[in-house]
Amino acid sequence: MGLEAISFLVLAIITLSSALALVLSRNIVHSALFLILSFVGVAGLYLLMQANFLAAVQILVYGGAIAIILVFGVMLTQREDMSSTNLFNKQKGLALLVASVLLMVISRVIWLTKWGSITTIKTTVHNIATVMLQQYVLPFEIVAILLLVAMIGAIVLAKKVEKAS
Amino acid sequence: MYEFNGIVIFFILGLLMPIGALIGAYILAPTKSSPQKYLTYECGLDTRGETWVQFKICYFLYALVFLVFDVETIFLYPWAVTFQQLGTFAFVEMFIFIAILIIGFVYAWKEGALEWF
Repeated sequence: MGLEAISFLVLAIITLSSALALVLSRNIVHSALFLILSFVGVAGLYLLMQANFLAAVQILVYGGAIAIILVFGVMLTQREDMSSTNLFNKQKGLALLVASVLLMVISRVIWLTKWGSITTIKTTVHNIATVMLQQYVLPFEIVAILLLVAMIGAIVLAKKVEKAS
Repeated sequence: MYEFNGIVIFFILGLLMPIGALIGAYILAPTKSSPQKYLTYECGLDTRGETWVQFKICYFLYALVFLVFDVETIFLYPWAVTFQQLGTFAFVEMFIFIAILIIGFVYAWKEGALEWF
């Protein structure tokens, strides 16, 4: 077994076991922490596929920002007892239904995909930068405006809540 | 894969450091215990009330502003890596990009999203 296979196995175990712990954990804060670990595991898998930019995005956005938003969301809601707050822990039947439908969809996609060897690109970041900053200049600047709108919208909404409370 | 050997070494070292520190503390630390040692540490004061309290919404505004600038970092990253090949045009482009986001930052500042109380 090569180094790559060992790395894949370790990362897969980390990702899957933390995902399982996320679902099974009774405390929602622990669930959030396991979610971050799962995100980082997925980032490692991206790295294994030479997609280094995607791995950086995964860690920065999912491991950083999304996780913080999630933890803040948990902190902002008040509960008496934190030890059994994971709502999704109690809906086993519904979870089974949704999970099996999702599994069926994913299996179908996996079945239809033509698997073959891929040509590995040395660095994806350079290509992305060239496409982003030379070919699609206008969409790139529009992204900035989109982010601006998102930020102002979020502040306006949150300020309204703060005034109401 | 082999280009990322550095990351693996970094990861293993990062894993070994805290484990080593914990083992070291386990071996070296005195085991005499008193009830005071099991109190939660909070700036040296005695803790009062529940740990799980509702947080103020103003902390959430920090998180939202952080999220936007985090996404901005993603766009900065490829630009920073290929900065020298892309030339002046890309530099101006990124300047406009950051300028647009700074408008949002100024707005957040003006609205008091960055104030604690």
